[in-house]
Amino acid sequence: MAKHETPMLDQLESGPWPSFVSDLKQEAANRAANPNNLEYQIPVDVVEDILGVLELSFKHGRTHWKHGGIVGVFGYGGGVIGRYCDQPEMFPGVAHFHTMRVNQPGAKFYKTDFLRNLCDLWDLRGSGITNMHGSTGDIIFLGTRTEQLEEIFYDLTHKYNQDLGGSGSNLRTPADCIGQARCEYACYDTQGLCYHLTQEYQDELHRPAFPYKFKFKFDGCPNCCVASIARADMSFIGTWRDNIGIDQEAVQAYIGGELNPNANDHGDRDWGAFDIQKEVIDLCPTECMWMEDGKLMIDDKECNRCMHCINVMPRALRIGQDRGLSILVGAKAPILDGAQMGSLLVPFVKAEDPYDEIKEVIENLWDWWMEEGKNRERLGELIKRQGFQKMLEVTGIKPMVQHVQEPRHNPYIFWKEDEVEGGFDRDINEFRKHHQR
Amino acid sequence: MALDYEESKTKIVEKLTKKAKTKSKFYFSDLAKILEAKPREAKKVVNKLVEEQVLELWSSGSTSMYGLKGIGKQASAEQED
Ligand code: HEM
Ligand code: HEM
Ligand code: SF4
Ligand code: SF4
Repeated sequence: MAKHETPMLDQLESGPWPSFVSDLKQEAANRAANPNNLEYQIPVDVVEDILGVLELSFKHGRTHWKHGGIVGVFGYGGGVIGRYCDQPEMFPGVAHFHTMRVNQPGAKFYKTDFLRNLCDLWDLRGSGITNMHGSTGDIIFLGTRTEQLEEIFYDLTHKYNQDLGGSGSNLRTPADCIGQARCEYACYDTQGLCYHLTQEYQDELHRPAFPYKFKFKFDGCPNCCVASIARADMSFIGTWRDNIGIDQEAVQAYIGGELNPNANDHGDRDWGAFDIQKEVIDLCPTECMWMEDGKLMIDDKECNRCMHCINVMPRALRIGQDRGLSILVGAKAPILDGAQMGSLLVPFVKAEDPYDEIKEVIENLWDWWMEEGKNRERLGELIKRQGFQKMLEVTGIKPMVQHVQEPRHNPYIFWKEDEVEGGFDRDINEFRKHHQR
Repeated sequence: MALDYEESKTKIVEKLTKKAKTKSKFYFSDLAKILEAKPREAKKVVNKLVEEQVLELWSSGSTSMYGLKGIGKQASAEQED
């Protein structure tokens, strides 16, 4: 018999989809049964009370959670988000229900024993409820009491060699695609750069002094598996500046049907014979591909590395050899000002340890944003408010054609006097010799 | 020039105490302004003030704010003092 009646939540279980309500009920029952004889460090009925308080919120049409809190672990200003219930007598199990963000291993690349250890720790000292993974990438522990925070932090760091992630006005847990560990499209070592910058910027990650949150995300190629271009204040997207490699024999094998397009991703249905013209050449966004004497040709200087042709024919086409990454800035979700995608700031930079050029761009941007950014203003909003040109100035990057989204969108780039040969002064008499009034 | 820690501490405590009646939480930039310092310089002092538990951090989850330890409703309301 459930602790709280939850008719409205029960209704959410009736659809065809997996239901978090069923999951919570299962965990509530598991906690009550306690098959591993754990000495639970927070109330055993925490999950029952979660169901109860949610039902009450549905009934009232209002939340029963307070906003924020002062809790954390010593030395860190992020990683723990205080949450308190405003009906602690009715739901003592969730009187405290703090979230902890665990910095996920690079590319979310971990083994089951790692996961089991984290879950055991969380069953003992928390609610047992997790979110795998949060939008920032972290492993999220949902719900524990203040007394448990330091204990959990100690075990995480000492037993499992595992840090907390970021929350609040700081650098958020950097997130990366699986990159060169498994993916042949990776143009740089995403895990290498992600790890390097995580270590380099520990202070920014753990001690908030930014105007608001700041996210790094790393994609090994423009397929953007971690969607960096849409979600990160700074997106690092792999690219190349030479030519796509072509194996003409393999191209013929695709045309002849010996190789299945898209690595047979669509093989569960018969879509008819592969048509290279229709499925690749005509879909190239820059129209830079054609067939000539039975050979596939690419005008690489027009290619914008959309990845389409490579994704369709991975055995025939390869990313280029001269590899690095592009840096885009300013993407964000719509809190102020609407959603924004990243804008290209650095078209190409080599991504090699110790990544000095990349760090210089990062630090110049941070200096600017920390000084000029308003409270709760994301980098993307500052770029809009003070202008892309201002950002170029603070980063010392020269304007170039790749910065222009389309001609005539905003032709007003203003020259400063020191940028003009001879300044703005002129000899009026000399001028009048050639120009009448 | 690096900020003098004791001097900075006095400045912050005085200013925040003076405002305590009306305001208990401050953005990082407010503290940098009180110190009349660049954010990176101010950060060193602010970190140390948190470490010494002169200041404490409040977070909504997305925004962080600083206040004098124990000042404001939050601590007592949540039995964290
Ligand atoms: C091959 C020759 C030319 C071509 C292809 C051309 C093309 C264009 C185009 C496409 C626009 C529209 C731009 C826009 O609003 O986005 C434009 C605007 C304009 N054109 Fe031309 N044009 C040519 C020659 C000229 C000449 C010879 C003059 C005058 C002596 C002229 C005067 C203007 C003016 C005043 C505008 C409006 C500018 C503005 O308000 O932005 N154009 N032209
Ligand atoms: C380097 C040469 C030029 C520069 C930098 C220049 C710049 C500009 C600018 C900035 C404006 C917009 C002003 C506003 O905000 O209202 C403008 C408007 C205009 N310009 Fe020029 N201009 C140049 C040459 C010319 C020439 C050679 C002509 C004609 C022979 C011309 C005709 C016009 C006209 C008619 C407009 C008004 C367009 C409208 O209001 O729709 N410009 N020009
Ligand atoms: S973003 Fe590119 S390199 Fe990274 S996993 Fe996806 S396809 Fe591979
Ligand atoms: S990567 Fe995209 S733009 Fe480049 S050749 Fe292939 S389809 Fe065209």
